[in-house]
Amino acid sequence: MEAKFVRLDEIANRFGYKNLTPSVDLHEVKIYHRNINRPAFQLTGFYDYFDNQRVQVVGQAEHEYIIRLDPKVAKERLEKLFSYSFPAAIIARGIQTEPYVIETAAKHGIPILSTEKTTALVITEFMKWMNEQLAETVSLHGVLANVYGEGLLITGPSGIGKSEAAIALIKRGHRLVADDLVDVSKISEDMIIGKSPALTKNFVELRGLGVVDVMSLFGVESIMEYSPIDMIISLEEWDGTNDYDRLGLKEEYEEILGLKIVKHTIPIRPGRNLAVIIETAAVNNRQKKMGYNAAQELCERVTQEIHKHRQERNNKESK
Amino acid sequence: MIRREITIELAKGLEARPVAVFVQVASQYDCSIIVEYRDKRVNAKSIMGMMSLGIAQGEKVTVIADGPDEKNAVAGVEKYLTSKE
Repeated sequence: MEAKFVRLDEIANRFGYKNLTPSVDLHEVKIYHRNINRPAFQLTGFYDYFDNQRVQVVGQAEHEYIIRLDPKVAKERLEKLFSYSFPAAIIARGIQTEPYVIETAAKHGIPILSTEKTTALVITEFMKWMNEQLAETVSLHGVLANVYGEGLLITGPSGIGKSEAAIALIKRGHRLVADDLVDVSKISEDMIIGKSPALTKNFVELRGLGVVDVMSLFGVESIMEYSPIDMIISLEEWDGTNDYDRLGLKEEYEEILGLKIVKHTIPIRPGRNLAVIIETAAVNNRQKKMGYNAAQELCERVTQEIHKHRQERNNKESK
Repeated sequence: MIRREITIELAKGLEARPVAVFVQVASQYDCSIIVEYRDKRVNAKSIMGMMSLGIAQGEKVTVIADGPDEKNAVAGVEKYLTSKE
């Protein structure tokens, strides 16, 4: 598989960067690296550990350094920097560079973009967005809904009632991200987010009714563009021989893109109000994240009670 | 109907985890099973009920089973309660 990349024109359009080197076609420039480099060290002549795959971000420091150099030295330094053929440079703070900077860049076919934004903002917005664009992705079957701020991936065999659960949750004021197919991407080491494929966004398929448009039926408040995935709710047919988790002491997990996500298996049986159970699972998960585990609390109470009973008996026996 | 007095031998008594297992054992039988401990009577198939008892190792309980498979039920329940695990 070819490594993921983002075309520079997408980046420029997204953040409103101006192209100072019109001779270079930004669409043809591919960025494979999410990190940036401030080329200050390189301008002083230090090239060890220089990663020329990265976009260079130029701020006040680099600019002031260059203009204080002897112009001849400055040109040599720039010539050397551009000879490393990095993918692009972004000049922040609307800094007006010397014309020879642009000329040298154009000569090497390296695009220079310009923005009024501060250097720190350029770096953060660039890296955050690139992280999302270059993230590992996978498509999963299921419904993604956000319930009380918890992103729940509802999975289970076809026909078990995932979409019905989604509608029930929407009617109770929660938000739908995707029905049936969820595009999941790992945006950081500890977070995966899911969204709907553009084509099926806002649509839910209900057996017997067909496809319904959730946003036009229930309003903008019923949908969400994307959501982190905090928990998996796996629905299955009630099976009398399966011992479902009765205490909630041990957590089950499923791995998505190398990340362990808590999973609750919920048996379906007529008369169980699925939406309410899912809501409860969501708030209980939130409470656990806040450091309180109800199952553990009950365990401790029982253990204390046992201890008390044992002492009472010992006291009686010793009398 | 069968009544039988059983002394709990489970090392930790009926803590939360052993209760979960106990309830599973009891739930295999169709007959009704009641556990009497001190002044309480609890359905052996109820997890919250069984946990509320807080029974320590060495305590005596009375198990009352009533139904077609009561014999097996009492035997099964006794086997678990008198295991050391």
